[in-house]
Amino acid sequence: MPRVLILFAHPSLHRSEVNRHLLEASKGHEQVTVVDLYSEYPTFLIDIEREQQRLRDHDVVVFMFPLYWYSTPSILKEWQDLVLEYGFAYGPGGTALHGKQFMCALSAGGAEKAYHADGYNHFTIRELLQPLEQTASLTGMRYLPPFALFGARTATEEGRLNDHIAQWQQLLTALTQGEVTNSIPTDALTINPFITEHKAV
Amino acid sequence: MTSVFIQAFIYLCAAVVMVPLAKRLGLGSVLGYLIAGVIIGPITGLVGQETTTIQHFAEFGVVMMLFLVGLELEPATLWKMRSRLLGLGGLQVLLTALAIFGIALALGQPWRIALAIGLIFSLSSTAIVLQTFNEKGLSKTEGGRSAFSVLLLQDIAVIPMLALIPLLAMPELLSTTTDSSHGEGHHESLSLVAGLPSWLAAVIVMASITGVVLAGKFLSRPLFRFVAESGLREAFTAASLMLVIGIAALMSLVGLSPALGTFLAGVVLANSEFRHELEADIEPFKGLLLGLFFITVGAGINFEVFSENFAVIVALALGLMLLKALILLGLAMMFRVQASDRWLFFLSLAQAGEFGFVLITYSASQHVLPQELVQLLSMVVALSMFLTPALFIFYEKVIQPRYRQQTSNKETDHVDEQAPVIIAGIGRFGQVVNRLLIANHIPTVVLDYKAQQIDRLRGINIKSYYGDASRSELLHTAGIEHARLLVIAIDDKAKAVDMVKHVKHHYPHIQVLVRAYDRGHHYELNDAGADYVISEVYNSALQLAGEALQRSGIHPFRAEQLKQHYSRTEHEFFDSLFNSWRNEGEHIGFDDHYRKLFINFQEKLTEVMQHAPDDRHSGAERGWTPPPKGYSDKLDT
Repeated sequence: MPRVLILFAHPSLHRSEVNRHLLEASKGHEQVTVVDLYSEYPTFLIDIEREQQRLRDHDVVVFMFPLYWYSTPSILKEWQDLVLEYGFAYGPGGTALHGKQFMCALSAGGAEKAYHADGYNHFTIRELLQPLEQTASLTGMRYLPPFALFGARTATEEGRLNDHIAQWQQLLTALTQGEVTNSIPTDALTINPFITEHKAV
Repeated sequence: MTSVFIQAFIYLCAAVVMVPLAKRLGLGSVLGYLIAGVIIGPITGLVGQETTTIQHFAEFGVVMMLFLVGLELEPATLWKMRSRLLGLGGLQVLLTALAIFGIALALGQPWRIALAIGLIFSLSSTAIVLQTFNEKGLSKTEGGRSAFSVLLLQDIAVIPMLALIPLLAMPELLSTTTDSSHGEGHHESLSLVAGLPSWLAAVIVMASITGVVLAGKFLSRPLFRFVAESGLREAFTAASLMLVIGIAALMSLVGLSPALGTFLAGVVLANSEFRHELEADIEPFKGLLLGLFFITVGAGINFEVFSENFAVIVALALGLMLLKALILLGLAMMFRVQASDRWLFFLSLAQAGEFGFVLITYSASQHVLPQELVQLLSMVVALSMFLTPALFIFYEKVIQPRYRQQTSNKETDHVDEQAPVIIAGIGRFGQVVNRLLIANHIPTVVLDYKAQQIDRLRGINIKSYYGDASRSELLHTAGIEHARLLVIAIDDKAKAVDMVKHVKHHYPHIQVLVRAYDRGHHYELNDAGADYVISEVYNSALQLAGEALQRSGIHPFRAEQLKQHYSRTEHEFFDSLFNSWRNEGEHIGFDDHYRKLFINFQEKLTEVMQHAPDDRHSGAERGWTPPPKGYSDKLDT
C-alpha cells in the first residue's frame, strides 16, 4: 500500500480560505504524512537529513500550496534546493526517488480560462509548472497532472469549496490504494476531471 | 484555655477527616463540612450549644469571601452587571418573597409572620454557592455570573429587610418574650447612627461608603507599598486582615452589611497591583472560616425537633426548593440564560441561606416569630442547605455532560480567554516577553516582588501585580490552574528551580518556560522538569558573534548559516553534556567525563565550521552544495 507524503506550504495560514481546509482534510489517514513546512521550519532551517529520510519512507510525494507568481511559495523552492541533493536525488547513486509518484495540489487565484494561450496568463497551469515536471523527470519520479482549484479567492462564496475538498479526499484515498495509475492521459491539464468521471480514477 | 484547644481540635479533626473524604467521593467540600458538623454535633454530641456563637464568628468567612469576589470584579465589570443585578436579582427576591408570603397566608399564618417568612426564604446561600462555584470552576460561566448577581443583590436586600422586620412585630408576642428581648438589645448598642435623626444617619452612611471608596483608591496604595517595602510577609498579611476587619467594623457601626462594605472595597482594589497578594493572604482565612461556618450549620441541626416534625420539615424544605427553582427557571428564561447555564442558575440558588438564619434570629428577638416557628424554620433552612450539594452533583454528573458535546467548539474559545500566560519577574527580560504577548492579544498576568518596579510598569500601562511569584498561594490567586503557560524570568536561581518543581508537580499540564542564568542553571532547570529553557545571554552573544563575523569580511548570509550551525552543534551535544552533568553533579574536576565531553564539543564545533566540500555530512557545507564540476556530462548519458 503506497504511503503519501504531503509537503504543505502556506506562509500565512491564518488568512487561508482553501488550503487550510485541504490541510485538515488530509490529516488522519494512516498512510498519509502531512508536513506543514512553514510550521516545522519557521526560520527556513530545513533539516536535510530528516527530509531525505521522509522521502525514502514514502511512495507518493505531493506539494500542496497556493500558486505564488506561477510557482510555489518560497519555502518549497528552498526545500528543493536543499533536499534534492546531488548523489541523493540525481547524479551517480542519486536514485532515492526513482519510481515514486509526484503531484502538485494547488490553488490558483485566476479563473481556469485565464490559464490559456488566449487568457491573460497566456500559459496553461501544466505549462507553468514545467520546472517541477522536469525536476520529477530528472529525479526519476512519475509526474501526475496537478490537482487544481481555479478562482480560489471566491471558491467559498460560490460554494465550490466543499466539492473540491470531497474530490481531494477521493483522490487521496485513491493514491493510498495505488489506484492512480498512468491511465490518465499524459497531456491532461489537470487531474480533476478524472476524479469525477471514474470513481477510482 | 484547655477547653478551647479541645473544641478547636474536634472541629479541625472532623474537617480534616470528612472534607478530603467527601471530595474524593465527588461530593464537594461543602457537603464534607456539613457532614462533619452533623457527626460532631447531633450524632456524637461532642460539641453543643456554643455552635451558635461560633457560627456568628464564622459568618465573617462570608465577609471575606465577598471581599475576594470584589477583588475579581473590576468596577467596569460590575457596572456592566447592573441590569442583571437589579432585574434578575431584584425580581428573584420580590417574586420569591411574594410567593412564599401567599403560601404562608394560605397555610393560615397571620400576615406579619407570613411576610417575615417570605423575606427569610427569599434569600439563598452565598457561602455554599460561591464556594462550590470556585471549587468546580463555574464562577466564570454565564450561569455562574447570573447566580452571582442574584446573590449580590440578596446581600444588599438584607439591609432593608433588617429595617422592615421590627415594623412587623406582633403585639401578642411582645408580652410573652420580653425577657429575651433584653438579651438581644445590647447587641445593637455599638452604633454610630443609633438615635440620630434619619437625615444625619443617612449622611453618615453615605460618608462611610465614600470614605471606603476614596481610601481604597488613594490611601491603600501608599500604605501597601510602605508595608511591602519592609519585605516582611506577615506584615502584609496583617495589613490585609486589618483592611477587611476595619471595613467590616465600620460598616457594622453605621448599620450596613459588612459583607457589602468589603465587597465594595474589593471592587475598588480590583485594579490594584496588590490584588493577587491580598487574595493570597485572605484566602486561607476565608477558607477556614467558611469551613467552620458549614460545620456549625451541620452541628446546629436539632435531631429532636427534626424527628418530631420530620414530615413537615422535609415537605417544607422540598416544597421551598421546588418553588424557588421554578421562579428562578422563569427568570432565567426571561433573561435569556441559555442551555446548561440555565440549569446551573436555577439549581444552584434553590436553597435558603445563612442570612436566613440571621433574619430568623433577628425576627424572634423583634417579636415577629414565635419560638416554635423559629426552630422549625431553622431546620428548613438547614435542610435545604444540606440538599444543595446534591443538586450541584446532579448538575455536574447529568446536565453538564449533556451540553458539553454541543458546545465543545464554543468552549475552546472560552478557555483561551481565561487562560492567560503568567509571567514571573518583569525585569528587562520579562518585559520583552510581556510586550510581544500583549501586542498579540494574549492575556498575561505579570508578577514581581519589587513594588517599585511594578509601580513604574503601571505608569506605562503594563498591568502587573506585586507579590513573590515563588509563593504557591500567589501563583494560585494569579490563576495558575487556568493558565496555559508560565514564564519564569526571576533573578533568584534557586527560587526559579523550586518554582519549576512546584508547578510541574502540581499542574503537570502547564508548560513552563524559563530563563536560565548559565549552563549549570540550565541543567538544573531541565532536571526540575522545565519544558523550555533558554540561557539568558546566549542569543544576544550569538547575535553579536555573527556581527563580528560579518565585520571580519564574511558574507552576511554565510555568517547567518555559521551561527545556525553553531547552535545546532551545541544542541546536538546538549543531551550528552546534560546527562554527564547529572551523573557527576556540580563538582567537575579536570579528569572527569563532563570536562572531556566539553572539550570534545569544542573540537566538533571547530570541525563543523571548517571547509569540507566533499563530505556531505559536514554540517556547515550541507545545503546549496553545487554538484561536482563536469557532472552535467554524466547526466546526459
